[in-house]
Amino acid sequence: MGIEVKNLVKSFDKKVILDNLSFHVDDGKILSIVGFSGSGKSTVLKLISGLIEKDSGEIITSGGDIAMVFQYSALFDSLNVFDNISFALQERKDLRGKYTRKELEKIVAEKLDLVGLSGIEDKYPSELSGGMQKRVSFARAIVTEPKIILYDEPTAGLDPISSTLIEDYIVRLKNETNAASIVVTHQMSTIRRTADSVLMLYNGHAVFEGTPDELMEQKTPYTKQFVTASIEGPMNMKG
Amino acid sequence: MKVYYKATYTYKILRMFFQELNSFITTLGNIALLGLEFFKGLRLFPTSFKSIMEQASRFGVSSLPITLSIVGMTSVIIAMQVAGEMVKQGAGNYVGMLVAILMVREEGVIMAGFAIISMIGSSLASEIATMKVTEQIDAIRVLKVNPVHYLFTPRIIAGTLMMPVVVIVASVFGVVGGAVASNLTSGLTYKAYFDSVWFGLNMHDLNVCILKSLSFGFAISLISCSCGMDAKDGAKGVGIATTKAVVWSFVSIVILDLLFAAVFFY
Repeated sequence: MGIEVKNLVKSFDKKVILDNLSFHVDDGKILSIVGFSGSGKSTVLKLISGLIEKDSGEIITSGGDIAMVFQYSALFDSLNVFDNISFALQERKDLRGKYTRKELEKIVAEKLDLVGLSGIEDKYPSELSGGMQKRVSFARAIVTEPKIILYDEPTAGLDPISSTLIEDYIVRLKNETNAASIVVTHQMSTIRRTADSVLMLYNGHAVFEGTPDELMEQKTPYTKQFVTASIEGPMNMKG
Repeated sequence: MKVYYKATYTYKILRMFFQELNSFITTLGNIALLGLEFFKGLRLFPTSFKSIMEQASRFGVSSLPITLSIVGMTSVIIAMQVAGEMVKQGAGNYVGMLVAILMVREEGVIMAGFAIISMIGSSLASEIATMKVTEQIDAIRVLKVNPVHYLFTPRIIAGTLMMPVVVIVASVFGVVGGAVASNLTSGLTYKAYFDSVWFGLNMHDLNVCILKSLSFGFAISLISCSCGMDAKDGAKGVGIATTKAVVWSFVSIVILDLLFAAVFFY
């Protein structure tokens, strides 16, 4: 079932950010949410992950854990890579004490291998490049075998090659975990290389929903403006 | 036109006043809520001994040099100011008592409080605030770990328990510093000084000193964590949160000091 969002409404200080938004993502699929800054993309992720409360509407998930990869990784500076990745297994009330040190080491090594970063358990986040930090945050996100993975601008601030690598890992994690994934992004390459479907937000509404190919066809004024990155069109930055 | 400007300025001043009032009440509410959550978490006691010890070492060991310097110098200044005069007036036998009472009842606790706020409270608030603005606290939440229990409980426990230790060490250091200063500046013998210390101090003073330092430690760590947690808007927000934590901690320990003086010594 993945994620089913029905008539989601969220306002901040009387400003409506999401207005009756509905969409769904199946297990093993990736939905890419696009739109201008301030269109409510990250708010959708925060609502699904439970970081903020919705005003009304429904968010139905297939159960299990929800993982989130943050825009700037959000790794814990004071912990090394091992403790970052195994954080939930060591500190979560229902998991604490469940794993021995040996088991934790094995799990962390497996997750690091999955993101192509074996043998960096003892390093601290400050010793890693932006792309490596992002991949460690992927490993941390999947350590509890989540059923839903949310990515908030996963390629923001990365060079093109690191971005391509990150996009490959997003697809790889989807295939390995069969999780329903949502990727908030501004980058066309991320949409083309990862998404099964695309949702475009503007003023709290979905103004386009379709496949990446349909987005590229630019059949609506919204998709045309977004794909051509034009300042002329129905979407204005003030809105 | 004049009336219009007057009305506009009045409106602006009133708006600023109510914004400040709102911010004050919100901060107070957040501190109270964090305090409640802390006590709720204590019941479950999920905090590891290791993290309490890490924070205790931060509170105790890291703050000790600066606390000892401040309290030591304060006691030397007091002794230098009063010892000479008191010896001249034939009241040299009371110098030790005066310094000891001042140290144990007031100076030791207050000066240690100020030192801990400047060194530890500010670093605690900026650490938590940085974690907040870099979404590390959101990451903790998404990983289904309660940030209050994981981050704040060990810091508040360590802050509360270590404050009396720092205060006792600092007060002893202050009293000894007073003895050296009195001896060097007024020729007062160490025996006369310490006889006067034992004569003047009593258990009530020591008990109140420990109780007061426990409450100071709790207030400083709770306020610093709460102000850090309220941070928003990047680096500027971290700065605002740190300043707020320092100001609120200063004010809170002065208010607590007043309450202790009124309840136990009035």
